[in-house]
Amino acid sequence: MTLHRTINLDLDSPLLRVEALTKLYGARIGCADVSFDLYPGEVLGIVGESGSGKSTLLSCLAGHLACDEGRVLYRNRDVVTLSEPERRLLSRTEWAFVHQNPRDGLRMGVSAGGNVGERLMAVGARNYAAIRASATDWLGRVEIAAERIDDRPRQFSGGMQQRLQIARNLVTSPRLVFMDEPTGGLDVSVQARLLDLLRSLVRDMGLSVIIVTHDLAVARLLADRLMVMKDGRVIEQGLTDQVLDDPQHAYTQLLVSSVLQV
Amino acid sequence: MSEAAYNFAYLDEATKRMIRRALLKGLAIPGYQVPFASREMPMPYGWGTGGVQVTAACLTPEDCLKVIDQGADDTTNAVSIRKFFERTAGVATSEHTAAASVIQTRHRIPEQALTERQILVYQVPIPEPLRFLEPRESETRKMHALEEYGLMHVKLYEDIARHGAIATSYAYPVRVEGRYVMDPSPIPKFDNPKLGGMAAIQLFGAGREQRIYAVPPYTRVVSLDFEDHPFEASKAAHDCDLCGAAHSYLDEVITDDKGGRMFVCSDTDFCAMRRAEGHVGRLSPKGAAA
Amino acid sequence: MPNPMILIENVSKRFTLHNQNAAVIPVMTGAQMRVEPGECVALTGQSGAGKSTLMRMIYGNYLAASGSILIGGLDVVRASPREIIRLRRETLGYVSQFLRVVPRVPTRTVVAEPLLALGHGEAEAHARAEELLKMLNIPERLWSLSPTTFSGGEQQRVNIARGFAHDYPALLLDEPTASLDGANREVVLQLIERAKARGAAIVGIFHDEAARKRVCDREIDVTGFTPRKAA
Repeated sequence: MTLHRTINLDLDSPLLRVEALTKLYGARIGCADVSFDLYPGEVLGIVGESGSGKSTLLSCLAGHLACDEGRVLYRNRDVVTLSEPERRLLSRTEWAFVHQNPRDGLRMGVSAGGNVGERLMAVGARNYAAIRASATDWLGRVEIAAERIDDRPRQFSGGMQQRLQIARNLVTSPRLVFMDEPTGGLDVSVQARLLDLLRSLVRDMGLSVIIVTHDLAVARLLADRLMVMKDGRVIEQGLTDQVLDDPQHAYTQLLVSSVLQV
Repeated sequence: MSEAAYNFAYLDEATKRMIRRALLKGLAIPGYQVPFASREMPMPYGWGTGGVQVTAACLTPEDCLKVIDQGADDTTNAVSIRKFFERTAGVATSEHTAAASVIQTRHRIPEQALTERQILVYQVPIPEPLRFLEPRESETRKMHALEEYGLMHVKLYEDIARHGAIATSYAYPVRVEGRYVMDPSPIPKFDNPKLGGMAAIQLFGAGREQRIYAVPPYTRVVSLDFEDHPFEASKAAHDCDLCGAAHSYLDEVITDDKGGRMFVCSDTDFCAMRRAEGHVGRLSPKGAAA
Repeated sequence: MPNPMILIENVSKRFTLHNQNAAVIPVMTGAQMRVEPGECVALTGQSGAGKSTLMRMIYGNYLAASGSILIGGLDVVRASPREIIRLRRETLGYVSQFLRVVPRVPTRTVVAEPLLALGHGEAEAHARAEELLKMLNIPERLWSLSPTTFSGGEQQRVNIARGFAHDYPALLLDEPTASLDGANREVVLQLIERAKARGAAIVGIFHDEAARKRVCDREIDVTGFTPRKAA
C-alpha cells in the first residue's frame, strides 16, 4: 500500500489558519488570541488541564460555538462567517468530529453498519450493497468483526464504540478531524490499541488532526506539534517532544513534571 | 339539523381563517410542515382532531362529505366524524367516493381516482418523518431546511439490514416535488403511488402535533428507496373474495378459529360499487352475479 | 571548502527552572562543530558535560538559547516544527538509548515506520525491516510482537534497525553499541561504516572506546563548551 494523500491538496499551504481567535463567556475568557496554522497531514495536540479553554477552542474551530473575534480560515475560506448550510455540509464531508463519549457521536439506536453508512447516505449514496460493502470495509479497518455489522452500539464495549465512532467519521475520507479526548475513559490496554489505530489511519489517509487531550502520553504518541493552554491562552507551542522534554514556560514545566513516570 | 349553538362546522371563523392560511402556505410549499394553533376538539387526540380541523376549515354549506377509516365508511371513527359535521355544519354526507367533494380519511386513499373538484383530508398522528432517528425538533427542522435527508435512508437501510427488504409497509416516506421529505400519514405503501400526480388537493392535519401540510394537484411525489432495493407498492397476493378485484388494497379477515380467512377490499365503497356492477369473488354467494 | 552536512555555530543552552525559584542553569556556551558528508564525529567529555544536550539540540528536541545549527542548510534553532518534522523524516536520523513506541505495534512495523512515513510501499518497507532485524539477530518469531516486552539489548537492536531503515544523510547515534554482545556490536559498527561510505554525516556518543577509535574520524570534547562558573 502506498501513501494515500487526499487529492488536490497543496501540502505546503495551510489547511487551517487560525488568527487571533477569542471566545468570551460574558466577562470570563473561554479562549483568547489563539493563532496557528495547520498543514495537511499534521497532527496538532492541544493540552492543558480542565478549564484551560482547550475544549472551547475545539468547539469554536469545529463551528459548534460562535467565536467573538478572530478568523478561522479553512482552505482560505473563513468558516466563522460561513453560512450554516455550508458549515454543516463541511462537517459531514471534509470535516469530522470524534467525541470523548461515543454516545455523543453515535446513533445508539442504529446498527453499526447504519452508523458508518449514514455519512455516505448523507452525501447521496443510494446503493444499499455499496453502502454495506463500504461499512464492512471500515469496520474491518477499525478492527470490528464483520458479523457485528447489524448489532447496535450499545452491545459494544467502550473501546469498540469508540472505534465505531472513528469509522463513522472517516468513511467519507475527511481532511480535517477534530478529536476531543478520544482515549479518555478507556482502559489503558484499550487506549493503546486505539492510539495505534489512529496513528496508522492518520498516516495512511494523510489526515490533519486537532486533538484535545489532557494525557501527555497520548499527545506524545499522536501529535506532531503541541499547544499548551492555560486560562484560555496558548502559553507555549512547538514540536511535541521539544515541548515535553524541554518546556520553556513555568506552567508547562509543572505540567510535565507532574506526570507519574512508569 | 345543524345545532344553532355552534358556528358553522364547529370552529369559529377566526380559527378557520388561521387554518386556511396554514393550508394555503402548505399548498404553496408542498410537503412543508406548517405550524398552526391546533384547537381543543370535542374528541380525544388520535381520533382525527387534525383532520377534523382541516375539514372544518374547508367545508362550505354546499359540500358533500365522506369520511373513511382505513377505507371503511362504517367504523366508529368514520361514523362519529360524519355525524359531527352533520350536526355542526349540516352538510350533506355520502359514502360514495365520486359523490363527495371533501373526503376525510384515516390511513387510506380511495381506490377510485379522485378528481380536480375534490379535497382529500388526511388524519396524521406524527407528521415528522425524521422523528424515528432524530428526537430533537430543532434539529429536524434544520434538516428539512437544509435538505439533509441522509437520515431517512438510514431508516430504510436499517430495514433492509434487519429484514432483508424495506419492511416499512405504511407511513412510507416520500419526497415531494424534489424538495421536502414528507410522512404521508400511516397509509399503506400500496397507496403511495396515488399520492403523486393526483388531481385532487391533498391536505394533512396533525392535531396533537399542531402541523398542517399539503400536496397540491398534480405534484411529483416519489417514495424513497435504494437503487438496488427499489420501492414496491405491495399488497396481499390475492383477489378480493367479495368483488374479485385484483388491484385493490385488501384487509385480511379471520373467519373462524380453524385458520379460515378471507381477503376483502379495505375500501368498502369501492367493493360495494364493484359488486353492484356484477363483479364476484371467491366467496360471493352463488347466483349473486347478474 | 564543501558544504558541511552539519554546521553548528556559537550555540548556547541554559535551563530555567521556573518551579525552583526560576533558577537559571547555563549548561553550554559557544558550541561549534562541522561535520562533512561521510564523516563520523564523536562527542566526548565527562558524564554531565553536555554530550546528550548538544545531541538533543541538533535533533531539535532541546531548544538552543542562541547560535545556529544548520543541517543540510536548515537552521534547527529557528525552524518551524513542520520543517523539523520534515528534516527528521527525510534527512536526520536519531538512534537514542531508549525505544519509545506505541504499545501493541509489531516490531517489524516499528522498524519499517520511517520508510512508511516517506511513502515507501508496505512490502518494500517490511522487506527492508526484516533484513535489518535479521542482521541484528532478532529472532524471526519476535517480529510480529511489540518490542515493549523485549529485553534491554533486544530493544536497543530494534532501535538501531529503525534508525538505519532509511538512508538518512545525517545520523545521530547515542551509545549505539551499549549493552550489545560482540557479534551484534560488530553488526552495528559495520552499519555505521556503511553509512559513512554512502556519505552520511554522523555525530555519535560512544563510551565504547574501541568502537569510537574504529568508526570516528574526529573527536570533539564538549567540555570546551561548558560555561565558566561565575566567580
